Amino acid sequence: MRPELELISEWIRPGARVLDLGCGDGALLAYLRQYRQVSGYGLEIDAANLVKCIQMGVNVIHADLEAGLADFGDSSFDYVIMTQTLQAVKRTEELLDEMLRVGRQGIVTFPNFGFWRCRIQIALQGLMPVVKTLPYQWYDTPNVHLFTLRDFEELCRRKRIDILQRMVLDYAHRPHPGPQWWPNLLGEIALYRLGRA
Amino acid sequence: MPHHFPPDSIGLVSPQTAHFDEPLALDCGRSLATYSLVYETYGALNADRSNAVLICHALSGDHHVAGYYENDPAKPGWWDNCIGPGKPIDTREFFVVCCNNLGGCKGSTGPTAINPETRKPYGPDFPIVTVKDWVRSQARLADRLGVTQWAAIIGGSLGGMQAMQWAITFPERVRHALVIAAAPRLSAMNIAFNEVARQAILSDPDFHHGHYYEFGVVPRRGLMLARMLGHITYLSDEGMRAKFGRELREGKIDFNFNFDTEFQVESYLRHQGHAFVDRFDANTYLLITKTLDYFDPAADFDQDLSVAFHRAQARFLVISFTSDWRFAPTRSREIVQALVRAGREASYVEVPSEFGHDAFLMPIPLYHDTLRACLTRVAQEVNAHAA
Repeated sequence: MRPELELISEWIRPGARVLDLGCGDGALLAYLRQYRQVSGYGLEIDAANLVKCIQMGVNVIHADLEAGLADFGDSSFDYVIMTQTLQAVKRTEELLDEMLRVGRQGIVTFPNFGFWRCRIQIALQGLMPVVKTLPYQWYDTPNVHLFTLRDFEELCRRKRIDILQRMVLDYAHRPHPGPQWWPNLLGEIALYRLGRA
Repeated sequence: MPHHFPPDSIGLVSPQTAHFDEPLALDCGRSLATYSLVYETYGALNADRSNAVLICHALSGDHHVAGYYENDPAKPGWWDNCIGPGKPIDTREFFVVCCNNLGGCKGSTGPTAINPETRKPYGPDFPIVTVKDWVRSQARLADRLGVTQWAAIIGGSLGGMQAMQWAITFPERVRHALVIAAAPRLSAMNIAFNEVARQAILSDPDFHHGHYYEFGVVPRRGLMLARMLGHITYLSDEGMRAKFGRELREGKIDFNFNFDTEFQVESYLRHQGHAFVDRFDANTYLLITKTLDYFDPAADFDQDLSVAFHRAQARFLVISFTSDWRFAPTRSREIVQALVRAGREASYVEVPSEFGHDAFLMPIPLYHDTLRACLTRVAQEVNAHAA
């Protein structure tokens, strides 16, 4: 996770106002506060994570992302971030729209279902892929939408969302050069910075 | 006989009284020339006076928030499950203060006190006090105790409203505000319930326009009805169903018309009403329901609560309970929205519970874990500064 935090923080302007959707134990916000002096809040639904955030002194707001972001005003944050969460929400499109309504920019990370190991497992073994970034069995996964980089970029094109920046990582969240050349086949995790004119 | 209290109890406590001779100007335009505040403290104030925590009580609460009285070793203070050595509000870390608010009936100056001008109890002539008045009076108590800044101010329900008001009125004196089961102001339905409670008291023949002390009576029936009504709003439908169901006291329906208590819930409410009459004053009840109705911190800021919070410096923790319909989670979320718009440091937790509004007094694991996490952090801050 650490390298991913660093990469995201490189995209964040110091002193920015940040909303982290599905902030988990607050690690990203704590990191951004320390290294980018951001202010902001995390949204989280899990009780144990809420307590962890409060213990770390991270602002956390108990909320269900599926209910949208109605409590937050238009462009009230510089960045709305969603790390490893988009694949686990039901209302993907609405949440992307909400993200770019509330935030001037959006930052999204997700596991790439187009990674070559996934392709081999489903094509040659006929099994739903289980890889380091998608470690669940089909029956116990919290993920409800699995998609590839191409799928995501196609959705952005259709929704007129601008891709401002892209970074593709391996399972250990490192930006090796290989995946940048052949992202949808060699990348395991994708990072996008998004905007909407 | 020595008493044996649990190891995480602060044990025996006793109240103290602070008397103030400097007049206190009130929002209603009148002022109190002199007044007293009864309070309790637990734990020790540290050398740089940075570990003080103020607990603000709700409608029927008082200064006896934790520990036991010598003459009542069976019944601890009203929030004893949360305050003590090793409890979420840890008395080994904090100097905890709670006072009975002005207008109360537990020793602080209120309607039952003697009016120095008439040498009779104030009764209905006691001035209407607001949450802001309370906060100003508590600030004087803080001065008296040598506390320039509270490490935290914590309150549930009407107590949470005081914590909010403190952060707005004295921004530099509050480091953390814990606002629990509160609302930014009362809804029309909240006020409606208060009004029915008041009418129950006012229409009691023993009320005597509030001068019942002189007649040697108290408006028992009215106060009891007010409390029974209030109590329904503190519970939830599911909680009452779980606790009472439709269980009968005698096991069968009599189909009688004498309206004795047949169902357990009736007996429970009557018991609550009776017990309350013995420990509470009707004029105080009338007064504090008005205090609740008038609470509206946004009113001073163009009806925009976020503008009110602009001046606050405290970090906020807002907590609500799912089955609370008196001050429902949506009301707490209004507070959180205003804090976010004001760019304040704030967290919010909605605790699943079937206890209704009363949940803020219950040792619900997620609730106490949340308080503990926050206050552990507060204690770390205090110790880092002190070191």
